[in-house]
Amino acid sequence: MAKKTVLRKPKGFLDVYKHKPGAEKDRTHYCPGCGHGILHKLVAEALEDLDVVDRTVLMSPVGCSVFAYYYFDTGHFQVAHGRAPAVATAVSRANPDAITISYQGDGDLAAIGGNNILQAANRGENFVVFFVNNAIYGMTGGQMAPTTLEGQKTTTTPYGRNPLTDGYPIKMCEVISQLYAPVYVTRTSLHDNANVRKTRNAVRKAIQNVKEKKGFSFVEVLGMCPSGWKMSSTDAQRWIEEEMIPVFPLGVYKDVTDEDRSSIDRPTPVHEVDRVLEALDVTTEKAELLSKREVEPRYANPSIRASGFGGQGIMSMGQAIARVGMKYGYEVSWLPSYGPEMRGGTANCSVKVQENKIGACEATEPTVIIAMNRPSLERFEKILQPDGTIIYNSTLIEVEPTREDAEVYPVPITGLADDLGNTRVQSMVGVGAFAGVTDLFDPEEVIKLLPEMFGSKASLIELNEKAVRAGYEYVKENF
Amino acid sequence: METVNGEREYPFCEIDPEECKGCHLCVSSCPAEVLEVSDNLNSKGFHYAEYKGSGCIGCGFCFYMCPEPGAITVYLKDYEPGKAV
Amino acid sequence: MAKKLLKGNHAAVYGAVLAGCEAYYGYPITPASEIAEMAATLMPKLCRTFLQAESEVAAMNMVYGASGSGKRVMTASSGPGVSLKQEAISYSAGSALPCVIVDIMRGGPGLGNIGPEQGDYKQVVHGGGHGNYKCIVLAPNSCQEMCDLTMLAFELADKYRNPAFVLTDGVIGQMMEAVEIPQTVAQLPDKSDWAVMGTAESKNLINSIYLDHDELEEWNRKLQEKYRSLEQNEVRIEEYMVEDADYVGIAYGSASRVLRTTVDTARSQGMKIGMLRPITLYPFPVKEIAALPDRGVKGVLTVELSCGQMVNDVNLALKGKMRSEFYGRMGGNVPSSNELLEKFKELFGV
Repeated sequence: MAKKTVLRKPKGFLDVYKHKPGAEKDRTHYCPGCGHGILHKLVAEALEDLDVVDRTVLMSPVGCSVFAYYYFDTGHFQVAHGRAPAVATAVSRANPDAITISYQGDGDLAAIGGNNILQAANRGENFVVFFVNNAIYGMTGGQMAPTTLEGQKTTTTPYGRNPLTDGYPIKMCEVISQLYAPVYVTRTSLHDNANVRKTRNAVRKAIQNVKEKKGFSFVEVLGMCPSGWKMSSTDAQRWIEEEMIPVFPLGVYKDVTDEDRSSIDRPTPVHEVDRVLEALDVTTEKAELLSKREVEPRYANPSIRASGFGGQGIMSMGQAIARVGMKYGYEVSWLPSYGPEMRGGTANCSVKVQENKIGACEATEPTVIIAMNRPSLERFEKILQPDGTIIYNSTLIEVEPTREDAEVYPVPITGLADDLGNTRVQSMVGVGAFAGVTDLFDPEEVIKLLPEMFGSKASLIELNEKAVRAGYEYVKENF
Repeated sequence: METVNGEREYPFCEIDPEECKGCHLCVSSCPAEVLEVSDNLNSKGFHYAEYKGSGCIGCGFCFYMCPEPGAITVYLKDYEPGKAV
Repeated sequence: MAKKLLKGNHAAVYGAVLAGCEAYYGYPITPASEIAEMAATLMPKLCRTFLQAESEVAAMNMVYGASGSGKRVMTASSGPGVSLKQEAISYSAGSALPCVIVDIMRGGPGLGNIGPEQGDYKQVVHGGGHGNYKCIVLAPNSCQEMCDLTMLAFELADKYRNPAFVLTDGVIGQMMEAVEIPQTVAQLPDKSDWAVMGTAESKNLINSIYLDHDELEEWNRKLQEKYRSLEQNEVRIEEYMVEDADYVGIAYGSASRVLRTTVDTARSQGMKIGMLRPITLYPFPVKEIAALPDRGVKGVLTVELSCGQMVNDVNLALKGKMRSEFYGRMGGNVPSSNELLEKFKELFGV
């Protein structure tokens, strides 16, 4: 950068503030002596000097700087109160080469958006935050901010901020600098020439960090608010020096920009159809459907309720029946009981395998129930359709079904799995038993589906194969 | 300020009275004490700041301390009129 | 085309990926979490963004950011989360930003429970956030539609520069069905005239603030014009055996699945019952419902998993011209098809 020969309105600003309503399109809305104007100038100058004006996207927050978008010759988002870091996160990820700036005040950043700033910092997002701390809500007329000093009078602390009721001024640099991800955290001030100069350097360094994709930079700037503080501009400068700085000490709180950290590179999104379909694991070939088997009328279009303890594989049992039904060209649906119930106590699912389009998917009046434990038998035999079918796990259920109209198949499902050396395969024993009872499908077709259900681990597949056959053969041999 | 032979004497400072909001941060920031508060009012009713006409040292403090983007321009020692900057 | 057995929640993500969705921002909540989980699985494979946000509020604001940056973007949640998202949904509508929000409804109010309900109808269809705005609302009732209507939601969102909801309940989100996956990807529209993309050509402004009262009124009028156009052009319904029906059930989402079975049972018993299912809840099928009396229908029964929210729109459409009844279940309960049949018999004496 060549040495400056003139200090004039930086080119980071628009010549004419086109978005500003009214006739005055050449001056800001800020009050006389406002710190925002000074910081705006330092930012605009840095954008020009670092040659990034056109690449910059600025978040205008809710607060006095809500109209920052009037002034800068950049792209703009006006954002909801406190949410600038969340919006900036998505902006910088959407367009990683953008110079994303989140410009925020103290109420916005440290109160309503407290979590948003903390989490964006913790993720190490590649953007810079300029945080103007003036210890007050300016835009809304001088209410207490999270950074308001103890004893400071505001319109909502008319007797002075009382820590017992209002808490203490929050020190954001101290908080943010505790996190690993941020690369640069500093607090500066605008109250005199030397500190404006330091702020200028901090602004430039922070923007350079984003340009180099180093990650998250946080520049807190103590700025004057003569209107909110009800004092002259020069008294406001003194107030910063005498009252604010003792509470908010200036200095660099963290700087790891020279450390060898990986830069925040984001890969280019892929949209090519072949790669998309591959990612979705979609085969382009149409699957050959198996020809449907002759099924006894009582087992045609079954509406199935499978139920048992969480952990008995009830969901896989139901899914296996639905999957194999698909192979025969049936309409299928599977509906689980979901949520905490399935992780702790009992689990059940409804499966329908039907010729026609399926309406209701919950088996409210099932034609077949598969009960893996006693509570399931007792609960679901009540809703079984007249002359329905009950397949129950006789290993764990010592009572007999009470439904006298039902066709009943006691199968030692858990016991057969245990004989194979692992009770965890009991769900596939159940599927085999269902195939044996209904003849709706060939159990070997379930076996072909095992890899897509359980992955390719050979020992697991083999065990489940044996389980399907064990359930099927037990039914064929005993009934 | 023009010199006797008609050329500007660099560095010097220019304040646009209409952009000035009369906060006077520039006046108090000037180490050479060459800025002052005008007795005149601008159209917004502010006593704007003005350059006394000589003595500017080109430090730029007034420029950086001024909250209005375009109110103050400082022409430094090496400024060449007409050359793009 | 090959079919895949997919959960409704997963099918929505398949649809999003095919629609060119480049970013997913979300927060876990039952019964919608599988959407985030599938997005977390698929998006990185295609170098697209998945981020688990710090809150529902943040997630929706991230959607606002990604959308304003010109990207197709999605989030998903359930009632309590959608309540929190309303802030940024209002901002998105006010800034004319396209995005897709999937709401897998659960029981409420408050924490309620995680069973299926349709109690978010009002907060989704009639706004929910502040201001005069509408979201496009599509209501799938199958896993296939979770995929297809999510894709459509992206198209409509972009066409109208407006947030679009995919609104369904826990049943449709949690169930699995065979889904035919479309084998094409969407053409992504050019948004450089309004989006902010960090380039000299896209130094645009995304905002919803208009200090001048007349300017804001003018902007609101433009939004209303857009909604009139949606109402004119984008209504979608499914009719089932309405043609000769004496009585028609009206339902969406999983309630419409049950109702379909009721219609089948009724027909097998000689009762002329049909079903009208709004696929778009906004725009609502006002004309289609208003036309029912002239088609010989004597009465309608609106069925919802709620205390009766959509039924208000049905009644507004009918303007009292026909008998209109309501039956709803709440708390995570779903009526059985026989329960609905009994209701038809009891109310209409069929």
